[in-house]
Amino acid sequence: MGDGAYDVVIIGAGSVGTPAALFLAQAGLDVLVLDRLPSVGQGSNKAAIGGIRATHSDPAKIRLAQRTIEILASWEETHGQDIEWRSGGYVFVAYTPREERILKDLLVVQHAYGLGIEWLDAKALLEIVPDLNPRGLIGGTYSPGDGHCSPLLACHAFYDEARRKGASFRFGEQVTGIELREGRVRAVRSNEDCYETPVVINAAGPWARAVGNLVGLDHPVQPDSHEAGVTEPVTHFLDPMVVDIRPAPGSSNYYFHQLASGQIAFCITPQPPIVGEDCRETSGFLPMVARRMVDLMPRLANLRVRRTWRGLYPMTPDGSPLVGWAQEIEGYAMAIGMCGQGVMLGPGLGELLARMITGTLVPEDQEVLGILSPYREFAAQEALR
Amino acid sequence: MRLNHHPILPIDREERFRFTFNGQKLDAYPGETIAAALFAHGIRTFGYHPRDGSPQGIYCANGQCAQCLVIADGKPVKACMTLVRPGMRVDPADGLPELPRVSVPPPMKEVERIRVPALVIGGGPAGMSAAIELGATGIRTLLVDDKHRLGGKLVLQTHRFFGSRDAVYAGTRGIDIATRLDREVRAQPSVEVWLNSTALAVYSDHVVGVLRAGREYVLVAPEVLLVACGARERSLLFKGNTLPGVYGAGAFQTLVNRDLVRAADRLFIVGGGNVGLIAGYHALQAGIEVVGLVEALPECGGYKVHRDKLARLGVPIYTSHTILSANGHDGVESVTIAQVDERFRPVPGTEKTFPCDTVLVAVGLDPADEFYRKAHEFGMRAFVAGDAQEIAEASAAIFSGRIAGRRIAQALGQPGVEIPLEWERMAEILKSKPGQRGAPPPPPVGDVFPVLHCHEEIPCNPCASVCPQGLIRIDPEDIRRRPQYVPTGGNACLGCERCVVVCPGLAITLVDFRRDQQNATVTVPFELGAEAVREGDRVTAVDVAGEDLGPVAVTGVRTSPRNDRTVLVKLLVPRRVATCVAGIRLRARPQPAALPRPVERLGDDEILCRCERVTVGEVRALIRRGFRDMNEIKAVTRAGMGACGGKTCGPLLRRLFREEGIPLEEVTDYVPRPLFMEAPLALFAGAEETGDE
Repeated sequence: MGDGAYDVVIIGAGSVGTPAALFLAQAGLDVLVLDRLPSVGQGSNKAAIGGIRATHSDPAKIRLAQRTIEILASWEETHGQDIEWRSGGYVFVAYTPREERILKDLLVVQHAYGLGIEWLDAKALLEIVPDLNPRGLIGGTYSPGDGHCSPLLACHAFYDEARRKGASFRFGEQVTGIELREGRVRAVRSNEDCYETPVVINAAGPWARAVGNLVGLDHPVQPDSHEAGVTEPVTHFLDPMVVDIRPAPGSSNYYFHQLASGQIAFCITPQPPIVGEDCRETSGFLPMVARRMVDLMPRLANLRVRRTWRGLYPMTPDGSPLVGWAQEIEGYAMAIGMCGQGVMLGPGLGELLARMITGTLVPEDQEVLGILSPYREFAAQEALR
Repeated sequence: MRLNHHPILPIDREERFRFTFNGQKLDAYPGETIAAALFAHGIRTFGYHPRDGSPQGIYCANGQCAQCLVIADGKPVKACMTLVRPGMRVDPADGLPELPRVSVPPPMKEVERIRVPALVIGGGPAGMSAAIELGATGIRTLLVDDKHRLGGKLVLQTHRFFGSRDAVYAGTRGIDIATRLDREVRAQPSVEVWLNSTALAVYSDHVVGVLRAGREYVLVAPEVLLVACGARERSLLFKGNTLPGVYGAGAFQTLVNRDLVRAADRLFIVGGGNVGLIAGYHALQAGIEVVGLVEALPECGGYKVHRDKLARLGVPIYTSHTILSANGHDGVESVTIAQVDERFRPVPGTEKTFPCDTVLVAVGLDPADEFYRKAHEFGMRAFVAGDAQEIAEASAAIFSGRIAGRRIAQALGQPGVEIPLEWERMAEILKSKPGQRGAPPPPPVGDVFPVLHCHEEIPCNPCASVCPQGLIRIDPEDIRRRPQYVPTGGNACLGCERCVVVCPGLAITLVDFRRDQQNATVTVPFELGAEAVREGDRVTAVDVAGEDLGPVAVTGVRTSPRNDRTVLVKLLVPRRVATCVAGIRLRARPQPAALPRPVERLGDDEILCRCERVTVGEVRALIRRGFRDMNEIKAVTRAGMGACGGKTCGPLLRRLFREEGIPLEEVTDYVPRPLFMEAPLALFAGAEETGDE
């Protein structure tokens, strides 16, 4: 394979690189995906708990995630593979006027983009999530079009389909260099081989910065780690993803949902962030998250935790991804800095990357790429990352 | 059925009470687990798996897997670890359990964090021995164990222990060693013991999460950690391998010897190592028929004396045989075995099916060392001892625990703590596998003498240390050498029978011609209870390997407190065969007859991951498609995602790769993650009671 030339080499077979490979291969390009890990989705993808929402406040994310939802929701019908998509919606709860204000402010933007999200008072919200602690509950937002899937199965489904469409994947290969000629990408070198290509996509997630360094670029992507867990399976009792954005000592928010398999998957956002690549389990996580979850939903008290893990959020200064061509190097594209939203942005983004590389961008794409430009001025963080 | 008498174990039950299972009123006794109480009523299907409706029951009986899930008072629990309570309402876990409704959060406090110089996980022979050493130096030590009493697997061992009499209680029964060590641990003022307390995780911040007494989550920060968690039983792939009635030999011993239930009527054993051989012997002691034992190798791998004990009691041992299937619908009804060729492939046409209700899998143990590996990865000061370090006999575990205890004391800067050199050497000796077998020496001459039916090198010396005349010799430098009876001038055998009593292998008889030169009185040890044999009975004398030597008369049955439940049976045996007699068979055991036609189980229903019901066929297909990362197999099939966290299927999957000709260097192992065992969110939240309505 080493003597062959590729139209595109993608670095990273994760939440972004894998669907991108599918859509590029589908567009007729000869695609190679390189990953240093032993199989697909073994970086941050498998650490994700699978929530998929279009109800962001950044128009670029909204567009990408809306498309992701369409792709995932129709996947089984189109391709015959069950990726455990469930359209259960998202609920953001408000127990204090602070969250009520934040959530209601967001509705203005979200409605402007035609998102199906509404404010429910406590009584109406309890009909959607009857097990919420009613004490002090003001209300919350509910977006029934959002949902969740198995990140593992979805990533693997993209992988299978990408290969069926002709994409090649090579695992256990560390990219060691990107060769340039006259300011253009010429080849990608790994510890195993060298692959000629005019186009390389950096989709290396938390390790995007190191890939950029290979061509002298310094991408402002810095991973921090979040902790997640999964419980034993029980009969279905919870439809939406429940998000609680109340800050508490040690954490800024947490969220959980019931998987198709009946398990509750949960995740917490540490505050202050735990910056770095350390993914080793810590003793503080479970007491912190369990307390908040049991307080919010007392019924979870008897649910037994099965497993916990940490995963990396490749963060950017403003909490939005960095997507587009490098200005300095022709043929070097970035699809990085997903800020923990690779699973929900990746499929939509994969399609956009395919259009970007085949030169078939549509006007809405230009808007998205403008917002996510790696060369933008970094302003304040998005309210709901 | 419960055991109401046992030749070795005391049976002492308190007042019984009622609980319900599936609406049916059943009785139970204090201290019984739910699993034991159900088995006592012949119930061994505890529920049906949500994925495929397959019947579920006991598999590990050790809190490791989750196959014995039941719903107790509305909450899913492991039947093997949860004590049954008066009035408890137990229901089968049929499909996914319903999470009970709770309207008000339980009171939650900060999770307690405690610091301790030494934390020992595991109160078996190694952990207790380490704690005793630590206690002796006054080091504050916390010993946690997930069971309701200390002792680990010692509490299941009704047989006398091998090993060195001076060093590790050889010749004493395992259950009694457990009691002694327990007493010694409790005598140490600096050692605190938490029972029913499972270690859930070792975290990167050098903290160990412990579920204290099953009701409170505590974070323990030790200066030094000792992992002495023992071992877990290997599983095996065969058709019907998850039917209720197929379980580990350790699980069986737990049900029979700890929980005192007659867990089976007719038993078949897979594996001729010490664990399988001993389990077979324990079954016979509990009055359970052992239909047979298969061993894939041409010889049993366990001690020959253990093998011979079983053979003498009439258990057929099929070497160079393997199990093909456990057959039945809601549980085991029969087992099909076949001969294997030199590459361990079943030979067509050699299939035999035997009716039985239980199949014990005794195909080896793997160290339960994940906490040690985590601690090591996280740079904690940690030690490992016993089976968690290296699979060996409990005597070896005692020694390695002692050494680890002293090493920890040294690591904590305790002055004057030394580890005698001979300890290290003894630890090595006790770990040794059986060595050379020798030909039996010519029988001794004289009027009275012992015959040592012990011709294999194993680390054991009680016989040499009890002879008041010093006539039984084992190289004092190496107790693995075979014992020799060496009558020397002036010193003659007194016929005291002490060697007969003390031999853990039941491999010494006493031959006495003093009354009658033509017919010897042969004293044989017997552990199936004094009531089983009476003076005047005619029994069948058998040689060391169980071959018939003809009928003989029982001339005496001696029990004595000094002999500790070993009954001495005296036989009148013609001179010709007197030195050949090694034991007795009470009645002509009906040789278990194979069914006229072997049963063929249909379908590829060998289960690789029993938690998620993933078949071997599914996974084999992926391996053949090129999958080499076990985590990818997990992502696609869910194998390893279940309650046990890959503890059971991990070794099986590695083995499947080898079977498929894939070197393990090409395979990426599961990423190990906490928790070791599932525990309710409320406990992590700092609640003590889980507040159900």
